[in-house]
Amino acid sequence: MELLSGADMIARFLKDEGVEYIYGYPGGAALHIYDALFRQDDVKHILVRHEQAATHAADGYARASGKPGTVLVTSGPGATNAVTGIATAYMDSIPMVVLCGQVASHLIGEDAFQETDIIGVTRPIVKHSFSIRHPSEIPMVLKKAYYLAASGRPGPVVVDIPKDMTAPTERYEYVYPKKVKLRSYNPVTRGHTGQIKKAVELMLKARRPVFYTGGGVITGNACEGLADLVQRLGYPITTTLMGIGAYPQSDRQSLGWLGMHGSYESNMAMHHADLIVAIGARFDDRVTNNTSKFCPTAKIVHVDIDPSSISKTVRADVPIVGPAGSVINEMISLVQGREPANPEALAEWWEKIDGWREERRGKLYEPAEASEPLKPQQVIETVCRLTRGEAFVTTDVGQHQMFAAQYYKFDKPHRFITSGGLGTMGFGFPAAMGIKQSYPDDDVVCITGEGSFQMMMQELSTCKQFGIGVKIVNLNNGSLGMVRQWQDLNYKSRHAHSYMESLPDFQKLIEAYGFTAIKVERHEDLEPALERAFADKTELVFLDIYVDPREHVYPMQVPLGAMRDMLLSKTERT
Amino acid sequence: MRHIISILMENEPGALSRVVGLFSQRNFNIESLNVAPTEDETLSRLTVTTVGDDRVIEQITKHLNKLIDVVKLVDLTEGNHIERELMLVKVKALGTQRDEVKRTADIFRAQVVDVTPSVYTVQITGDAGKLDAFLQAMAAIGVLEVARTGVSGISRGDKVLGL
Ligand SMILES: Cc1ncc(C[n+]2csc(CCOP(=O)(O)OP(=O)(O)O)c2C)c(N)n1
Ligand SMILES: [Mg+2]
Repeated sequence: MELLSGADMIARFLKDEGVEYIYGYPGGAALHIYDALFRQDDVKHILVRHEQAATHAADGYARASGKPGTVLVTSGPGATNAVTGIATAYMDSIPMVVLCGQVASHLIGEDAFQETDIIGVTRPIVKHSFSIRHPSEIPMVLKKAYYLAASGRPGPVVVDIPKDMTAPTERYEYVYPKKVKLRSYNPVTRGHTGQIKKAVELMLKARRPVFYTGGGVITGNACEGLADLVQRLGYPITTTLMGIGAYPQSDRQSLGWLGMHGSYESNMAMHHADLIVAIGARFDDRVTNNTSKFCPTAKIVHVDIDPSSISKTVRADVPIVGPAGSVINEMISLVQGREPANPEALAEWWEKIDGWREERRGKLYEPAEASEPLKPQQVIETVCRLTRGEAFVTTDVGQHQMFAAQYYKFDKPHRFITSGGLGTMGFGFPAAMGIKQSYPDDDVVCITGEGSFQMMMQELSTCKQFGIGVKIVNLNNGSLGMVRQWQDLNYKSRHAHSYMESLPDFQKLIEAYGFTAIKVERHEDLEPALERAFADKTELVFLDIYVDPREHVYPMQVPLGAMRDMLLSKTERT
Repeated sequence: MRHIISILMENEPGALSRVVGLFSQRNFNIESLNVAPTEDETLSRLTVTTVGDDRVIEQITKHLNKLIDVVKLVDLTEGNHIERELMLVKVKALGTQRDEVKRTADIFRAQVVDVTPSVYTVQITGDAGKLDAFLQAMAAIGVLEVARTGVSGISRGDKVLGL
């Protein structure tokens, strides 16, 4: 029998659970735990420079690897600094365990130094949370935390750990709990066969079908099955922003992604469809636009592991509660040996879709003359080409995020990593750090804007300490471009606080940390600079690329309109 | 429409706040709520009455089910059920009012459970409608204070809400 202190149990448990990295920041209430980490070598702790970065780094790691991320922070300000990252993970269903130090049990409720009710603060943004009430509970509570975070519809779990629970003097028996059972939590393992049959019949009879798939397909490891099903049927597929890469975008059946800034052909196809097969997507308002005008002629099949996502904003005709993977496999076996019933209608449908594609070909944006500033779109296209479309791409939030999603072409899942649900500026850089650590041989590129980067730029110091060689592509338009775009469109170009006066000299800033920065203003400097940046996988390089501040992101759905109501440029609309 | 949702949940600290938080977070309506441990001390039973159309009620039950602490729930209004609420009311009772309060209480099968020279405290149980009616009947005499438990309920017949 092994007797360990609460703090040592935490360190041991993390090792036994196979946790590779913890992202964290120490403080009084967490010091027993930090001391336990000091006395072991199995779990690596990455010291960030702000707790929000710890959550985003753990989140990036989780999105790229599919494994839960782990965060360790102290009580009070440490925990509250983590809140934005917890909310970011919650909105995108990312598995994460956040261990928070807390003041000693006997002080709770007394407004003790650095006391915050972090369970209360985070209640609406966690899948679940635990408070440790006795050191002996630690192994089981942590096991439950990891199980809940990663199973079913994943999400962040907070564990609040009062300091006395980790005291070095109190030792209890430690056994790694191999199994965990919660009587009140039984995520579904398969869909209802009758419903799946109904869905497949609709699919085979469809005349204008579209697959609409989301992040759930990636989380559910169902991408291969999805490709099989979609190719057997030969139907078009569009994904959400979160679902990018679940199906190869270079394939003919891919329409790209849909919604507010999605592709013209995706939004048109959705609007005119007679059947929408939604898998692991949640009909979010950035996808549907006005739900009362949403896809007026379509029947809707909706597969999701979370019953509360079904018929939340748009009523499903055939709801199927189940994990994407097993439902897709069951669909495949039902489709096997059968053919769609309306080949002529489907051929016409494809003709229509190809027509929409053709309408927009070569008109996506106006290329810049050599004398004009670079276009952000052309920068992304060049980054995509030079990384052969294989990099891990993280983004912040704004125009650069939409351009990255539109002009970098992804053929693989887990590669496009963005804060889709919460839209958190500051996410991209720390997320890239978390990914690069686990994928040192890959290109990890953070595509950001000068506004977003300044929200988390203190992490340059973390990259220095741990030698994290991410590439930062700063699309510098000298303004909060996306805000400015809305002000151009809705506020007669009254640019209230969307400019960025007194930007730092990024080159000097980056060099102060001992890294290379390259400033790019002229067209001819773009490729050499990118080539130089991607020549070495171990070195952090910052590219400060000056792009046209007047550029807007299009297509853009018209507010309150249907899917098909889009602005296509500053002067055209559908 | 009004629905009565009965929830069995883990008798854990914080469980109640998750349920209540869910309602405010998602803009759902709570008309009344009560909670107490059951015969199994690891479980509490919570009854909430809420108002909403079918779509809203479907979302409420789905989100409640999603809470990790919720073990099981039933929308009692979907079937035959018994609904009860207990109310304690202080009413003015001076002179002839004393008889009138007593008489009305008898009609409603309520009991006077505390007496002072100027006040009667009446206890009454029934469904929410009966309690409302009693209050209305007492309004003219002068209601001084009301304490209601909120609705509790159970389904009729052999069906049980259990583990
Ligand atoms: C933390 C946070 N604050 C505010 C916003 C609102 N917002 C969305 S995009 C944007 C502008 C971002 O500017 P920048 O990073 O320079 O990107 P650009 O749009 O110029 O490419 C802002 C302020 C946000 N998404 N996140
Ligand atoms: Mg900008």
